[in-house]
Amino acid sequence: MSAGIRIHRGATINLKGQAEKILSDASPSKTFALKPDNFFGTLPRLMVKEGEKIAEGAPVFHVKKDPRIVFVSPVSGLVKEVRRGAKRKILKIIIEKDEGEKLSHKIPAFKSLDKKSVTDILLKTGAWPFIKQRPYGVMADPDVIPKSIYISTYASAPLDVDFEFLLKNHKEDFQKGIDVLNFLVDDPVSLSVDATFSGFFQNIKGVDLLPIKGPHPAGNVSVQIHKNNPLNVGEKVWEVRPEDVVNIGKLFSSGQFSAQRTVAVAGESVLQPQYVKTTYGAQISSITDISGVDNTQQNRFINGDVLTGKAEASDGHLDFYNNLLTIIPEGNHYRMFGWLPFMDNKIPSLSKTSLSWLLGNKGYSVDTNMNGEERAFVVTGEMEKVFPMDIYPMQLLKACMAGDIEKMEALGIYEVIPEDFGLIDYANTSKIEAQEIIREGIELMIKEVG
Amino acid sequence: MSFLRRKLDELKRPFAKGQKWEKYAPAINAFDTFLFVPNHTTHTGAHIRDAVDLKRTMVTVIIALMPALIYGIYNTGYQYYIQTGEAFTFLDAFIHGSWKIVPMIIVSYVVGLTIEFIFAVYRGHEVNEGYLVTGLLIPMIMPVDIPLWMVAISVAFAVLIAKEAFGGTGMNILNPALTARAFAFFAYPTYMSGNKVWVSEASTIDGVSGETILGTLAAGGNVNYSFFEMFQGSIPGSIAETSALFVVIGALILIATGVGSWRIMIGSVLGAAFVGFLFNLWGANALMSFSWVNHLVVGGFAFGVVFMATDPVSAAQTNKGKWVYGILVGVFCILIRVFNPAYPEGVMLAILLMNVFAPTIDHYVVQGNISKRKKRWANALKTT
Repeated sequence: MSAGIRIHRGATINLKGQAEKILSDASPSKTFALKPDNFFGTLPRLMVKEGEKIAEGAPVFHVKKDPRIVFVSPVSGLVKEVRRGAKRKILKIIIEKDEGEKLSHKIPAFKSLDKKSVTDILLKTGAWPFIKQRPYGVMADPDVIPKSIYISTYASAPLDVDFEFLLKNHKEDFQKGIDVLNFLVDDPVSLSVDATFSGFFQNIKGVDLLPIKGPHPAGNVSVQIHKNNPLNVGEKVWEVRPEDVVNIGKLFSSGQFSAQRTVAVAGESVLQPQYVKTTYGAQISSITDISGVDNTQQNRFINGDVLTGKAEASDGHLDFYNNLLTIIPEGNHYRMFGWLPFMDNKIPSLSKTSLSWLLGNKGYSVDTNMNGEERAFVVTGEMEKVFPMDIYPMQLLKACMAGDIEKMEALGIYEVIPEDFGLIDYANTSKIEAQEIIREGIELMIKEVG
Repeated sequence: MSFLRRKLDELKRPFAKGQKWEKYAPAINAFDTFLFVPNHTTHTGAHIRDAVDLKRTMVTVIIALMPALIYGIYNTGYQYYIQTGEAFTFLDAFIHGSWKIVPMIIVSYVVGLTIEFIFAVYRGHEVNEGYLVTGLLIPMIMPVDIPLWMVAISVAFAVLIAKEAFGGTGMNILNPALTARAFAFFAYPTYMSGNKVWVSEASTIDGVSGETILGTLAAGGNVNYSFFEMFQGSIPGSIAETSALFVVIGALILIATGVGSWRIMIGSVLGAAFVGFLFNLWGANALMSFSWVNHLVVGGFAFGVVFMATDPVSAAQTNKGKWVYGILVGVFCILIRVFNPAYPEGVMLAILLMNVFAPTIDHYVVQGNISKRKKRWANALKTT
């Protein structure tokens, strides 16, 4: 067990609408969707046609460059629609559920497994996309041996989930998943846990336990890698989300692909914030049917947390990776003289030009208002306060804006992904879209350097 | 509120996209966003945003400037009346000062904001709030009797050459307000130095001794003010810089709200105190023996360090860099004061000099981070 990581710079934003520890089943979802955009850096190639019938666990599309990496349907049913956007880009593949067959795979005895056979099984069954790779946060490359695999059970984002609770019924599958992942690396996988709480994760075997303490973004894998054993040029590190460890464990126990997704539905607009069990790609309405939503106002539905998630229509579908569905009021209203210091202190602020820090005990109400307009970089030092890595965030952002690859590399682009800049998006005075800039920077790196 | 809002929306209609006055939208938006925080919602990136924005930050600086400004207005009248020997009340002094200073502020804002609006429309971006602070700073650091047209030309020079030529707010190398002062200082030296410019209407009154303390020292004279007078600020000087007391109140506001960098402020004070102390030990002439404590409270040092050196755009941007930058501002300020009697006050030139070197300081700080990373990469390659 390692000494643990203590984060000081960052911010815990305490919002209203934290999910209560109640676990319900989602109401039946008629359609399910796969969105290629959930897989950063992936160009999809369809393997099904509209109107085709497919089994649960059957591949829907694969990575264009690497046909071995397939993405499979969470349910059996009919491919109802392939929704396309500008330049015929595939936005969503919508599958209408029926009670069809479920694919089964033959899994060799656990003792006879090795790295190659585990890789082959994960690829063939469609479980490979559960593994993401640093740098850049892209699909893992099956041909590399990663330096390590990180699993973070410490979720620090606003309204984020409690994985101890979320996975409490799946301890064996979690252990099994860890055992499987250990075939893929030389050193045991790193399991980061909440240092202030002792639960079943502490008793998982075959892991390098990494206790974490501190405010958001302490739960981000980038921060944990950076503090534990920073990524060097040319190295690869993999990341698996805790529930996907369970899914991998289930696959190796049962031979059937598991698309389980337990989602905390949270946020001020949710009537009964709670945990709901479903599968990835399910309709959002199948969850909000259970939790209820305050429809007296306009709401924003966010797949993920309020800092890094993606907006989705209320009749849309869940994303692939997220364990959190946040619903907060839209903020398209005016505030008279709201720019004066110490006005509207109910809006959470990390700046001392607001008294909001006095009012946060019961959680803040938030909406999606920009609270100002975008401006040039002026204020300095505020980004560093919420960025706990030994990287100069503003200088890195400027290098990305200038497209200066050499400088981006030197300043640490390999060690970050857009989500690490979520708090900077939130906190910076000039309303700079930091995550967007980093995403574009990473896309440029992938294109130019690979 | 909703009535006003409706009227504004009506007023803004011809400025909307595709309408005939679309190009001038930044101008009307500047007024609109002054009244209301707009209804814009997030579309990319984080879905929630902090309540702070650039307007709020800039207005906080203006609030921090108020104590020094109000005292400066009063001191203008005070200096005038004690020189003429007339009896006066606080209000008399304040009114005299207001008649001098309010027109300067108006000229500064009108000229500066006009240029800013033109550039915003020309470049198609919103009007940045930076000039709200710059426009107030410029009159505050001028001698009281400077003609208004000189204020106007200095402002135009500063905004055009020091700011817009570099790309506008956030891109400038030099602090625009100090550039305005430096421009006036070198273009109109007779209005900017000497012993007749620091007291209101001194040039028209015979027998006035309106010399600044640093000017007296540079000329080899004796200083007749007590430390308390220097600290409280009832001495001749540029309009709002004389009172260290009220500048310190402003500094506390800036530090408490996190808007001004305490690293730069403390660094400058340490740098100046250290060099001042060394000169005290040397003590070859009156300037060198001038106590290091007094150095901190006379002239524009306090004002410059608190409100000008901390300008985030022209200062160093990294935390380590801010220390280096601050200390060097203090060091150079005292060096210029002591070694160059042609410039009795050194803080303006010290800050402008360090503005030029701030990117270099940051470069070395960031380079340190880069070397550390590259060394780690090299070590990793060796072990594998």
